Amino acid sequence: MVEQASPGSKVAKNCLRAFLVGGAICLVGQIFKNALLALGMANDDASLVTACILVVIAVLLTGVGLYSKLGKVAGAGSIVPITGFANAITAPAIEYKKEGLVLGVGAKMFVIAGPVIVYGAMASVLVGLFHYFLR
Amino acid sequence: MTLLWAFIVGGIICVVGQLLIDLTKLTPARILVIFVVAGCLLSGIGWYQRLVDFAGAGALVPLPGFGHILAEGTKKAVSERGLLGVITGGFTAMAGGVTVAVVFGYLAALVSKPSGETP
Amino acid sequence: MKKYIGKQSVRFGNPPTVLEAAAIVGPKEGEGPLRDFYDVVSPDVLFGMDSWEKAESEMVRQSAELAAKKAGLHMEDIRYMLAGDLLSHNSGTNFGMRTFGRPFFGLYGACSAMGEGMGLGAMLLDGGYAEYVSVSASSHFCGAEKTFRFPLELGTQRPPTASWTVTGCGTAVLAAQGKGPYITSATTGAIVDMGITDANNMGAAMAPAAADVLINHFKDLNIGPDYYDMVITGDLGFIGRDLLLVLMDEAGYDLHKNLDDCGLLIYDRVTQDVHAGGSGCGCSAAVFASRLLAMLRKKEINRLLFVPTGALHSVASVQQGETMPAIAHAVAIENK
Repeated sequence: MVEQASPGSKVAKNCLRAFLVGGAICLVGQIFKNALLALGMANDDASLVTACILVVIAVLLTGVGLYSKLGKVAGAGSIVPITGFANAITAPAIEYKKEGLVLGVGAKMFVIAGPVIVYGAMASVLVGLFHYFLR
Repeated sequence: MTLLWAFIVGGIICVVGQLLIDLTKLTPARILVIFVVAGCLLSGIGWYQRLVDFAGAGALVPLPGFGHILAEGTKKAVSERGLLGVITGGFTAMAGGVTVAVVFGYLAALVSKPSGETP
Repeated sequence: MKKYIGKQSVRFGNPPTVLEAAAIVGPKEGEGPLRDFYDVVSPDVLFGMDSWEKAESEMVRQSAELAAKKAGLHMEDIRYMLAGDLLSHNSGTNFGMRTFGRPFFGLYGACSAMGEGMGLGAMLLDGGYAEYVSVSASSHFCGAEKTFRFPLELGTQRPPTASWTVTGCGTAVLAAQGKGPYITSATTGAIVDMGITDANNMGAAMAPAAADVLINHFKDLNIGPDYYDMVITGDLGFIGRDLLLVLMDEAGYDLHKNLDDCGLLIYDRVTQDVHAGGSGCGCSAAVFASRLLAMLRKKEINRLLFVPTGALHSVASVQQGETMPAIAHAVAIENK
């Protein structure tokens, strides 16, 4: 009964928006990377610098309150790219500023992004062990 | 041509995320974790590199790409340092991105105020 | 004299009067359909303070002070203050009330706080324990998001079942003697849990609690829904409202003609992007203290059943996979 009375999100429309915004963020990333490669940067370094540029842009947009507006429209389109990770670090840091620079900003910065780092580290150790023993 | 594929593949990865949000009620934090772990493991068995070769930033910018970078970094560290690489590779690979996010996120927190009723 | 009747209701021997009320709201509520009925609309969600928590306390302080002043009373005349909010440890209320130095009962009934307070306040007055009491309930959108959901700057989508927490505080001053409108009866709700786990669908969790208290109210007082000109729930939103109508139909009570919801009155759902409707302790409190009291005084309605609804989950209970308990309290207010 609850299921019937509660409307689902408009899935198709949400997916289209996620596709367009997520795709656009990746496109911008590729443009930066191409430019860096053209400047003679090594491939791995260009990837890293591209990620850093996108992170800084996302942090700035979060700081001026625009990333949450983008997120409202784009959904996963702005959560899944690396810019969403930067937003997840910056948003709680701003919100918990009133609770102080150590236990507010310092600790709360990782309430959402922390699990990504924890599980990323766990998965990388698995991959490392696999690589060491089986390759 | 890479530009087009970056757009399409990046968009498709985000659509997968959107479907997870809309159809499973997973919270964004869980989706981020799933994507990073999935990217890392797919990269560990060598599949994700093919997607990166094909779509460039379309595979690197979404969070599975972050997992891929962790896996690549770990593999490289293991090749160079053996078992020690298992424990140093992941964090070394993520150091750049995480440090930039932390430093700029911290600075943003210092200068900006919560803006109020946005969501 | 025995004043309790039926399973869980009271009928007041000397019905207390709703003497005065004050409603203070934020800018978004001030743009809503009830904009002309509020006492104060702040242009600033921070109410001149520097954090959401302090803003909510300031709202509570101003609203309690204003309601007493409108009633022509000094704070010393108020025997008891009863109030509640949504923040941890009722801190919005506690910090707002600390300057008054009056005897204080802090209430936690989530968004049902206004109903809980008015029922208890009327019992205090009818019991002869006070001449005047003040009842408040408050909520703040940003404080509630920070407490229950995510930081505001995080780019997430709200599902269509989610509601929008009202930034506002309503206070009612109740008096043992007066010219009405009178609080004639009250039914205290029991906790009802129908197994909903989605914290973004509070209307569905609260509708069964509202149905339970309504059915018991009608049985205890031996009346039907037609007795009231208006039955108004607190913050079910449109999903919860539809569910409540179905539940009441199943129980044999027809509420289709006179059921409304404060969460649906406070915003324009078409233009204000609030998804399922308004919610929060301040939703029913501010709507009662503005629009509903005005309707009673102008005799647009003469018999009102006010049923604030609350979802009693916490962040920890949701993370631990617990279902959502809910509660509702019914307070009848009538012109004589």
